Amino acid sequence: MGLSHQAMVNVHPDIELKAVCDSSTYVLDVLSKYTGVQTYADYKKMLAEVPLDCLFVATPSRYHAEIVAEALERRLHVFCEKPFGLEPETGYRLADTAERKGLVNQVGYHYRFVAAFNEAKRLLDQKLIGELHHVRVEAYGPVVLRPKGSTWRAQKSEGGGALFDYACHAIDLTNYLIGAPISVSGTLLNSVFSNDVDDEIYSTLQYSERFYGQLATNWSDDSYRKMSVRLNFWGSNGRINVDRQEIQIYLRSDEGAAGGLTKGWNVRYTTELTRPVWFYVRGEEYSAQIDHFVQCIKTGTTPISTFRTASDTVQVAAMLRQDAGKPRTAVKLNAAAAAEARQTAAPAKRPRSFMRSLLDRF
Amino acid sequence: MDRVLFGDNQFFGVNHMSEEKARAQSMRFQDGRAIIEVLEDAYAEGVKTFMCTTHERMGEICDFFRANLDRYPDYTFYPCMPYAHKYANAAAELGMLGAVRSFLPEENKFGALLKGGMSLARQDVEGLARLLIDAEMKMFAGLKTPVIFLQNVATDFLMGLGFDEAFKMFADWVRERYQAEPGFITMNAPMLQRRLAKLGIENPIICANINKIGFRMCGGMQAYEDLIAAGSCRLIAMSVFASGALAPQEALEYVCRFPNIQSILFGASSRRNIAQTKQLIDRLSPG
Repeated sequence: MGLSHQAMVNVHPDIELKAVCDSSTYVLDVLSKYTGVQTYADYKKMLAEVPLDCLFVATPSRYHAEIVAEALERRLHVFCEKPFGLEPETGYRLADTAERKGLVNQVGYHYRFVAAFNEAKRLLDQKLIGELHHVRVEAYGPVVLRPKGSTWRAQKSEGGGALFDYACHAIDLTNYLIGAPISVSGTLLNSVFSNDVDDEIYSTLQYSERFYGQLATNWSDDSYRKMSVRLNFWGSNGRINVDRQEIQIYLRSDEGAAGGLTKGWNVRYTTELTRPVWFYVRGEEYSAQIDHFVQCIKTGTTPISTFRTASDTVQVAAMLRQDAGKPRTAVKLNAAAAAEARQTAAPAKRPRSFMRSLLDRF
Repeated sequence: MDRVLFGDNQFFGVNHMSEEKARAQSMRFQDGRAIIEVLEDAYAEGVKTFMCTTHERMGEICDFFRANLDRYPDYTFYPCMPYAHKYANAAAELGMLGAVRSFLPEENKFGALLKGGMSLARQDVEGLARLLIDAEMKMFAGLKTPVIFLQNVATDFLMGLGFDEAFKMFADWVRERYQAEPGFITMNAPMLQRRLAKLGIENPIICANINKIGFRMCGGMQAYEDLIAAGSCRLIAMSVFASGALAPQEALEYVCRFPNIQSILFGASSRRNIAQTKQLIDRLSPG
């Protein structure tokens, strides 16, 4: 990611790349020799010696907090990769500091910059599919297919694992589209191949008394060529199904619908939704998020992905981890167990349906 | 270069408009024979150049054409390297240097250097690049490869970093070792042409998105049309249908009106679509 950001920053017309710091002297030597950029192995030295306006942090998560704190102390605007550190408390404190100092702070949740997801947000904000009652968010990909991992991604202490690396994308995107959950339950963190970290995360997320969602993340699935994030929303007036490249909208009634949307299925593709960027490397969203950061610095506006929203995401992840230890309800398949279950079961706390609540009122 | 080139996205589950379409196609082409059948159809329709990534599965395709040189004596490959996901996945698992090491041949002068100190390796990025290019080209041994391309992720990444000399390293080795022309795939064609000109690489072969709706034409349609008009590079137009967003007639009417676009790259999975596209291009092309 670091090199990827460097490639985009270096070519952006409104910003000048002054220096790069990395832990790999090999990479620094190659960059210095072939691109002429000033290189450092010690970030503190770089911050002390080079006059800067902003800093892009793309180190393993374990180092985010320390480096960001130093940058804020020096009054730099900061773009930090996700997840924003590993402890929400620290993240919130850094958000407070950045806001107090009036510094632009952004976190690299690039899915917030994908046109199809923004189209979904626009339609959800308009309540096009009515009151939401369910969401399913899934993130799958082919990252860990073998037990042996030798990078920081394979070590829990380094912020490795699908929870911080994959699920956080799904959580952050859902937070962006419909807000953060108010509770989590039935969480499962499971290893498929990894020795030290999680490879899959499943959970039930609650958004309101009558609106629940399900999260499913698995980075050990090589039936996917690359990371795939998809969301499914169910509402009283239909469904929205969206991934990085297309949005499918099912409407029961097209009252209030604009832009040629009709009853039944509608599909819109990235080819018509995505706006061009000044420079393309891996996807418009990667360039768009860098440009967004630069424009926010120029105009003094708050980015759509900040230290605060990113801390919310890490907080949800922390809650998932906490919830994962909770006891489950065992299933035993015999008459005695059935009788016992009937006697000990609490009355089902089912949220009342809309019609029921209406009738109750009369 | 042939006027009409055949691409490989449809064989490997790549569709830049729809992930669902991509999945359906990747299921159909899980078997190498399914791919070969489509290539044979394309050949019968007069499309004899296959511009393909260096995906591992391409080895099976290469084996077939090596074994059938008498049936397809003029079949031509334009290899496009590197297949980025191969490296990205390896890098995520093994780290950057671990990934590079895993793709190098077993016996090589860098093996020892990468394991131990890297002081010498630091100075010989060019040598490393040559070894990687050779590793990517291995599967095409014995086949016609008159043009060898740098994939857009690599091209644009290097261009962004300012590592322009890499283009020269690539071009020189492709010419010296393979007696082939270097080609560059990019999403930022106007910028690339300027950089290559500064490097002294004149009239380069550049493959870029060129379509009526400006999909992924970075720099804007006007800049692209200016680039086409200038005639300063040998252009191959790809994504002419914008991954399926444009109807064939309309899409090709736009692309074929530019005499300076030398070739058109497209992908298809049915003989009918291949025939239709080839015939439309033949009919709509000037002269």
